[in-house]
Amino acid sequence: MEFSRRTFIKGTVLGGAGFSALGFDLTPLHAQTQALKISRASETRSTCPYCAVSCGVIIYTLGDKAKNAIPQVVHVEGDPDHPINRGTLCPKGSSLEQDILNDRRLLKPQVRRPGSDHWEDISWDQAYTEIAQRVKKTRDETFLETDTQGRTVNRCEGIAWTGGCTDTNEFNYLAVKSMRSLGVCYLENQARV
Amino acid sequence: MADRKALQVEMISAHPGPVPGHGVQRNLEVCKLVDTTTCIGCKACEVACVEWNDMPFSPTTFDNTYQTMPETRWNFWNLIKFNEHQKEDGTIQWLMRKDQCMHCADPGCLAACPADGAIVKYANGIVDFNQENCIGCEFCISGCPFNIPRFNPETKRVYKCTLCSDRVGEGLEPACIKACPTGCLKFGTKDDMKFIAEERAKQLRENFGIEKAGVYDPQSVGGTHVIYVLHDATDPERYGGLPKNPEIPWSYTVWKWLFKPVLGTFALFGLLGVCLHYVTAGPRRTQPEPPRKGERNG
Amino acid sequence: MTNGWIDIKNTDMMLIMGGNPAENHPCGFKWAIEAKIHRNAKTIVVDPRLTRTAANADMYLQIRAGADIAFLGGLIRYAIENNRIAKDYLLNYTNAAFIIKDGFKLPEDGLYSGFDAEKKVYDKKTWNYEEGGDLTGKPVAATPPEKTPPPLKAGTPPPAPVLPQKIAFDLSLQHPRCVYQLLKKQYERYTPEMVERITGIPKEQFLKAADLFTSIRKDGDMKKVATIIYAVGWTQHSFGTQIIRTAAMLQLLMGNVGRAGGGVNALRGHSNIQGATDMAGIFDILPGYLKMPTPTDVDLATYLKRITPGQAKPDPWDSFNYWSNTPKFTVSLLKAMYGPAATKENDWAFNHLPKIDRNYSWVNLWNDMYEGKVKGIFAFGMNGVMIGPDSQKNIDALKKADWLVVCEIYPDETSEFWRAPGITADEVKKINTTVYRLPGAGFAEKDGTFVNSARWLQWKNVAVPPPGQARLDQEILATIFLKVRELYQKEGGKFPDPILHATFSYTNPYNPSLAEVAKEINGKALADITDPKTNTTIKAGQQLPGFAWLKDDGTTLAGNWLYCGSWTEAGAMIQRRGTEDPSGLGIYPNWGWSWPANRRVLYNRASCDLNGKPWDPSRRQVWWDEAKQSWVGNDVPDFKVDSSPKDHMGPFIMNPEGVGRLFVPLGAMADGPFPEYYEPIESPIPNLLHPNQSNNPVVKRYKTDMDKYGTVEQGFNVICTTYRLTEHYHYWTKNNPMNVQLVPEPFIEVPTELANQMGIRGGEKVKVTSARSHYIAKAMVTRRIRPMKIDGKEMFQIGIPIHWGFRGIAEDEGKTAKTLANELTPTVIDPNAFTPEFKGFLVKIEKA
Repeated sequence: MEFSRRTFIKGTVLGGAGFSALGFDLTPLHAQTQALKISRASETRSTCPYCAVSCGVIIYTLGDKAKNAIPQVVHVEGDPDHPINRGTLCPKGSSLEQDILNDRRLLKPQVRRPGSDHWEDISWDQAYTEIAQRVKKTRDETFLETDTQGRTVNRCEGIAWTGGCTDTNEFNYLAVKSMRSLGVCYLENQARV
Repeated sequence: MADRKALQVEMISAHPGPVPGHGVQRNLEVCKLVDTTTCIGCKACEVACVEWNDMPFSPTTFDNTYQTMPETRWNFWNLIKFNEHQKEDGTIQWLMRKDQCMHCADPGCLAACPADGAIVKYANGIVDFNQENCIGCEFCISGCPFNIPRFNPETKRVYKCTLCSDRVGEGLEPACIKACPTGCLKFGTKDDMKFIAEERAKQLRENFGIEKAGVYDPQSVGGTHVIYVLHDATDPERYGGLPKNPEIPWSYTVWKWLFKPVLGTFALFGLLGVCLHYVTAGPRRTQPEPPRKGERNG
Repeated sequence: MTNGWIDIKNTDMMLIMGGNPAENHPCGFKWAIEAKIHRNAKTIVVDPRLTRTAANADMYLQIRAGADIAFLGGLIRYAIENNRIAKDYLLNYTNAAFIIKDGFKLPEDGLYSGFDAEKKVYDKKTWNYEEGGDLTGKPVAATPPEKTPPPLKAGTPPPAPVLPQKIAFDLSLQHPRCVYQLLKKQYERYTPEMVERITGIPKEQFLKAADLFTSIRKDGDMKKVATIIYAVGWTQHSFGTQIIRTAAMLQLLMGNVGRAGGGVNALRGHSNIQGATDMAGIFDILPGYLKMPTPTDVDLATYLKRITPGQAKPDPWDSFNYWSNTPKFTVSLLKAMYGPAATKENDWAFNHLPKIDRNYSWVNLWNDMYEGKVKGIFAFGMNGVMIGPDSQKNIDALKKADWLVVCEIYPDETSEFWRAPGITADEVKKINTTVYRLPGAGFAEKDGTFVNSARWLQWKNVAVPPPGQARLDQEILATIFLKVRELYQKEGGKFPDPILHATFSYTNPYNPSLAEVAKEINGKALADITDPKTNTTIKAGQQLPGFAWLKDDGTTLAGNWLYCGSWTEAGAMIQRRGTEDPSGLGIYPNWGWSWPANRRVLYNRASCDLNGKPWDPSRRQVWWDEAKQSWVGNDVPDFKVDSSPKDHMGPFIMNPEGVGRLFVPLGAMADGPFPEYYEPIESPIPNLLHPNQSNNPVVKRYKTDMDKYGTVEQGFNVICTTYRLTEHYHYWTKNNPMNVQLVPEPFIEVPTELANQMGIRGGEKVKVTSARSHYIAKAMVTRRIRPMKIDGKEMFQIGIPIHWGFRGIAEDEGKTAKTLANELTPTVIDPNAFTPEFKGFLVKIEKA
């Protein structure tokens, strides 16, 4: 892979043959300036998704958010205004650019059918339809309205929900609202472990 | 627009002495301070460096250490060196030191470089390589007392830390400095860094019982623009081979006073430098080899 | 955290134990460094390994994994013996002076009073305060006999014991049954010699550390402050909650809670597990830490009576008892969940909520799926196979499920459990689980709020759209739920009411705007409501300014009372970016918003003496302003603002007693009102305090054929602990080439002496085997873990970072053995927090 940082150097430095013993040709060197690669990129303030220090990060994206510019991350750096991290980032926070722009990302819905040894592509609509049917079937099969003593329990023990550590408050609230409304008891999260 | 003042050129490779007209402007010397007593070896500086400079990744292998790789590479300019040091009382001290270009006041690389404009030293203290002018002779590697410049066999050019001259030129701190979580890395004027470093060393001696704490700013290369606070300034070698008295091979400095008044052509002093160095130091060192498995630790 | 990240800079002394902040919270650790540099603060690190945190400590002690309570109990004993305690604080702000009932027994034999050996549970009725008044200077008498309760209706269970309304106390602390005397007696057994035998920390080192840590309270001087910092190194034990309790008790004894630079500080490991807990992403609570209903809660009134604490305090003292507002929080939540369908007539739809009467926590979930009870599972950003414990059991459990819906951003082990190493082509054909893998959005692609360790809510913004066909997680979840609703609308089914009634009245219900959801969580008025004291009115539809406005009559809604005040009529408090910190204490009152009520240090009334004057005038947080007759200050007072110090209201307003609990009465803890040292379930030695009761008596073992527990006799003679590295994040950054470059391969940290015995060198492969499974990786031979003397015998500890699985950059390139660290860990959980024992289990190790 060609190392290309110096393509940012605007000025040309003349060298090689053609200069004399005392031939300092300083003009080009003096004129040498390097453009900051983020000088005109768009800035978005965010929070690092890793640990619970909650470092403020600035995500620099391509373009000025004009309609025709498709934003893509070009750099991530700490937010100097954030009172806790004051611009600093750890080795994980510092590499967030590689997390956002990563060729291992999942890009399409897939399904693995019973007995199969591979993934198949599935449309979003088909996936939603099938999942909803399965949820309803399992719920209807395992829902308990009352316990053995006849007390109301209204719970579904056939479905479990496991939530992740970077789910936002708002997402978690929607998860609680929807899962508890289905009667889900096995409602757990990374917070437990 | 760049802060021109910050990037005033002071020295250029293949030319003896400072550039004409140098010194007419006021110039702040910049400096990185590395406090090894508050370094947690987190490698944020390593990542920030690779990210800012958009350097390609290269494979690493486990080598019985937390250290990312044995030495810096042409595409990895900033490396934390981990060392387990057994103290006199038998307890283990786990030392971490950020290794990178020291940006010497008397840069051995620049002195050794025969290619016009391949290495420049700015008046603010930054020593920078211009790969466009690099001829790939690798003299800079042998001229460096800190074993820093690295040759890329594909591009046939030599690379090293730029002290983020592009950022500093715009008035920003270097990427490693900004990232450092604990603040063991600081950036400012050389005077300020020296002051903070000495104060910290004093605090370590007086309040934390670390009697040999001190500052590393080797005068044998005229001082550096990266300075360290060490728990034991009398033994820098234990921090992954920080030389006690770094010296530029005399073969690279001798021509300066020898030929100064009547400087020859590029070929002449280039050739001379090569001959002198070959006589005094032998053939060029190859890139450092990783130690055999199981021998390194940290 | 009781305090916050920046607040650590205000400390004079740090005990870092059960956590490795330099590696796992580097940017938070800067504030510990700031304390060292600007206050000459000292750091003591206690850890099984010399970590990068320990490398920066003034004192490092190597402890046997799991022996923490012995160490902390020893510190409590040392502080009491050497009078390094905060006398006034102890007397007035803790329950030290409260009298405990006759019949309560300390666990000299390993058991508290009331143990039912068959069911492995405690009857906690003796774990209670005695009813009465001020017994200071009065002769000791037996507890008066209980009044005979009225006869019960046949079939009704006896009512659960409650705290006495008026608690007996002895301010001289001389009563043999006062909490202080019991505490002293409890930890008398934790001598420096005992600490050495159990923990492996030489007595001299222990005494040096104890002296250093308690030195801040020399001669009772109250100016200095110490903090205790921990993380999952404390929680992941079969007695995890009790380790943290011991730390809290030590901090109460020394008067360090509520103060700048003090507190008990849990460093939460992930960006929003604090928020996930607040929002009740776990089975046993509802948003805002409201308890889940049980089948005995036949109606809302019964439920509220059970979960709302009544008055219980020394008669002359005042107590705020903030949880007495529970009904307002609950009804407002039900209104948020079920909107107009929640009416007074239907008990605000109380029966829409499931009622639980057993443990549905993480390990039980996988256990019950393994037993075929759980048929379908959602995993939204949660890699259950990797997390374990006993990962193989989780893989085998998934084989028995009908369906699995995974929403992820990378290919993970859970969605590909059917491809786990060792599964043959024939076996795959027999796995009938349907797996949907839905591409979700990364952090930079969605907005919303995270809550950090310091309880700060901070909103983040969208930088880029999701790639490819990936969609926002909230869109995926809402669409699934609404599609299920459509089916119930069309076809009917079991108890459809809660599904049909759950409010999704967002502008786009199928892709709810998180800002709209955040506003619902904050809460709003449903009718005009007026505060008679200030004569201010909030109009129907307006956002509520704080939880004091919540009502139990259906005129307010709030998705989480704790977050009330986070998005008010004045705007999104959680989006604030004010960088001013006038006090210099790191409070930053205008940055984001912190629960509760934007308070940055909890219990901050305890930062003042009885008269309301700060213990240390140079670190003033809040104080009593006599002229204004109000509590004022740099932080928001965590207190009833108009309660004069004369009223002697306790600073711990969430406890009905108003004071900090050295002794936890009744049912709040499953395994004892004081922490007692128990061995991990897999331990190399019997418990030296009571060999006949080695382990936590209420901890149950799981019973499936997968649940195996090892012993030294079986050859598992090395202590193993698991942890995370600073270069990696859980099972996520194994997909990130930068992080993979920093630490490319899995490894096992092995002490040099053990390696020499085994004849292995660094970089050679070793195999670690537990009673469950094995793990293969290269050895990192190091002197940073030394052999230990445990009860005089030489023992070794090893350590395994957990980051590698069978999908990742290194894994896919064939550079790892594709074994999972959590295949080794046992299915054992803490009886209070239900967190598995990932640390301190037994293994054997050999050349691979």
